[in-house]
Amino acid sequence: MTAETKVLPLNSTKPATLMDQHAAKSEQVPAIECRHVWKIYGKNEQRAHQAVKTENISKEACLAEYGCVIGVVDASFSVNQGEIFCIMGLSGSGKSTLMRHVNRLIEPTDGQILINGTDIGTLSTPEMRALRAKKIGMVFQNMALLPHRNVRDNVAFGLEVRKVPKKERHAAAENALALVHLDGWGDRFPRELSGGMQQRVGLARALASDPDILLMDEPFSALDPLIRRQLQDQFLELSQKLKKTTLFITHDLDEAIRIGAHIAIMKDGVLVQIGTPEEIVTNPTDEYVADFVAGISRLHLVSATTVMYPAVDFLRKFPEVAAEQLPSVGPDDDLDTLVEIMTDVEANRVAVRADGKIIGIVTRRSLLRGIQGKPTEKIQFDAAQPQDAQAAGGA
Amino acid sequence: MNGDAVISIGSYIETLVDWLNVNHAAPFEMLSALMERSVKLLEAVLLFPNAFVVMIVVALLAWKVAGRQVGALTFGGLLFCYLMDLWKATMLTTALVGVSTMAALLVAIPLGIWSAVNPTADKITRPVMDFMQTMPPWVYLIPAVILFSLGRAPAVIATAVFAIPPALRLTSLGIKEVPKDQLEVGKAFGATQGQIIWKIQIPTAMPSIMAGVNQCIMMSLAMVVLAGLIGAGGLGGEVVRGLTRMMIGVGVRSGLAIVILAIIFDRVTQGMVALSKR
Ligand SMILES: Nc1ncnc2c1ncn2[C@@H]1O[C@H](COP(=O)(O)OP(=O)(O)O)[C@@H](O)[C@H]1O
Ligand SMILES: [Mg+2]
Repeated sequence: MTAETKVLPLNSTKPATLMDQHAAKSEQVPAIECRHVWKIYGKNEQRAHQAVKTENISKEACLAEYGCVIGVVDASFSVNQGEIFCIMGLSGSGKSTLMRHVNRLIEPTDGQILINGTDIGTLSTPEMRALRAKKIGMVFQNMALLPHRNVRDNVAFGLEVRKVPKKERHAAAENALALVHLDGWGDRFPRELSGGMQQRVGLARALASDPDILLMDEPFSALDPLIRRQLQDQFLELSQKLKKTTLFITHDLDEAIRIGAHIAIMKDGVLVQIGTPEEIVTNPTDEYVADFVAGISRLHLVSATTVMYPAVDFLRKFPEVAAEQLPSVGPDDDLDTLVEIMTDVEANRVAVRADGKIIGIVTRRSLLRGIQGKPTEKIQFDAAQPQDAQAAGGA
Repeated sequence: MNGDAVISIGSYIETLVDWLNVNHAAPFEMLSALMERSVKLLEAVLLFPNAFVVMIVVALLAWKVAGRQVGALTFGGLLFCYLMDLWKATMLTTALVGVSTMAALLVAIPLGIWSAVNPTADKITRPVMDFMQTMPPWVYLIPAVILFSLGRAPAVIATAVFAIPPALRLTSLGIKEVPKDQLEVGKAFGATQGQIIWKIQIPTAMPSIMAGVNQCIMMSLAMVVLAGLIGAGGLGGEVVRGLTRMMIGVGVRSGLAIVILAIIFDRVTQGMVALSKR
């Protein structure tokens, strides 16, 4: 039996719940949505919140005057069904705080959190517990496995608290263990496993009740770089198979870029930029983000359209170029592909074709500038020779 | 005696104890009867079979929880007590320790859990435990004798009270030291408060709770010996006999038997602590 053919048994017998009412419109409704979420830690949180909001006081002033710590400031974002959304930021920037609002381990000072369109602030305690148990799985940075339970009972924990019969929950646990390639380890105890394996158990525990949403708080940060890489790959593979909406925290931009469809960058409680990896890397909103992306390789992130000259302008400037004869790439092909082609066939120019039509031309110069992270210049048409002329038109 | 004291704590307590004794004797009598019978029952169970059968069974149990060495030690120690002609006294002392420990744990563990999860309870138990632990042990014997007269019942009750603090403290400490992220796991997977206590906090705190059980037993043994003074009998009674009649031989051999029992109790419960850590 391969992992692909296994279906978690609970999947089929899922009772209709609150969340399923939205199944019909789930295509449009984001899986997770945060609206103006604030979290201030401390006794005077409401007063501190007002002061921060109206007078915009600094976090030092907030601590000195109100004895409150600012956790999250006015965070709004939404995560589409089935996508992986990364929150990236330095330690202490409020990532864990923000994530813990999604399963309401933390109550917001202000703002709403919606899961599949339902404001979870309106749920009763038992409803909230049911939501956590059935719909949201969580993975922790330090694994947080229960030391006195064997692997199987750790994985089955969420089902056990829901009083799923032993046979059924053990079967579900075995399936979840198979998903993370740990079949046969059920009888071991957490301390007998390596860090990487422990974290896979943590992932299996989150998957065991077949939740719609995964919350992963720096799941790979505590691991060696090599193991981290392996787990990222395994997770991506699994994720493509299971298509679970995932909120993924990391302090490592490389990891965010490898894993996330969207990335939110967090600084001192504020979401400073939200975008696709390419948007973040090619168009950072401020110094802070720019510093983060400075060292990032653009080869696999930036697409041909970003570095090309528009075909119309280029061919008007250099009518002698036989565009139809040039090797070509698609608009979404990355810089790595362009480098491959230019070095392979010794071409100086590559055409970018969309639906057969040439929409742009990439030259060596524009490609190299793109790899450096500099924008492609506009082609000049005035009397003065444009800077690009030699590189673009010559050779 | 207290005539010159400005604050006459002693007389207040005397008044209170006397009042309890006169007006609320029934519950004390019931408790007394319960303890008396429990000790009698346990003693009978230990003395009914042939002594060697008991030695072998106990040694095998010790082996099971604490390993072969402790098993052998247990057998040797008990055999030595038997050969010193102290078998009956040893078994009675074991019965007294057993019942006292049980009674102490029945109070200490729930209260320990409660004070770990409830700050108000913690504020109350903490100074009470401090007080109880610093009070010299024989002071416990006096109210016990007044309320329950002489014999095994006051011995067991005074012992149980004396042995509560370490078990309560270590239980509470163990529960409080359960890592925060484990509690978060409970919440995040939809556990109720009760499930978090039973399925996460108590199992994780087990080594600490077992260390509390160990302390409780050791203190019970010390106190039960002391309770020989109020007619509890057993090895403590032997020691008192040696003391009052100035018979060094009687004192030393019963002292030896007490040391042997202490070592056996300690090693076996240490073995249980180690088991609970795995
Ligand atoms: N329970 C708490 N009480 C008070 N302050 C807290 C609490 N939890 C976190 N904080 C503070 O909130 C800020 C954000 O913390 P956290 O969300 O853990 O950041 P991150 O996960 O990005 O490292 C930090 O300044 C931290 O000290
Ligand atoms: Mg964190």
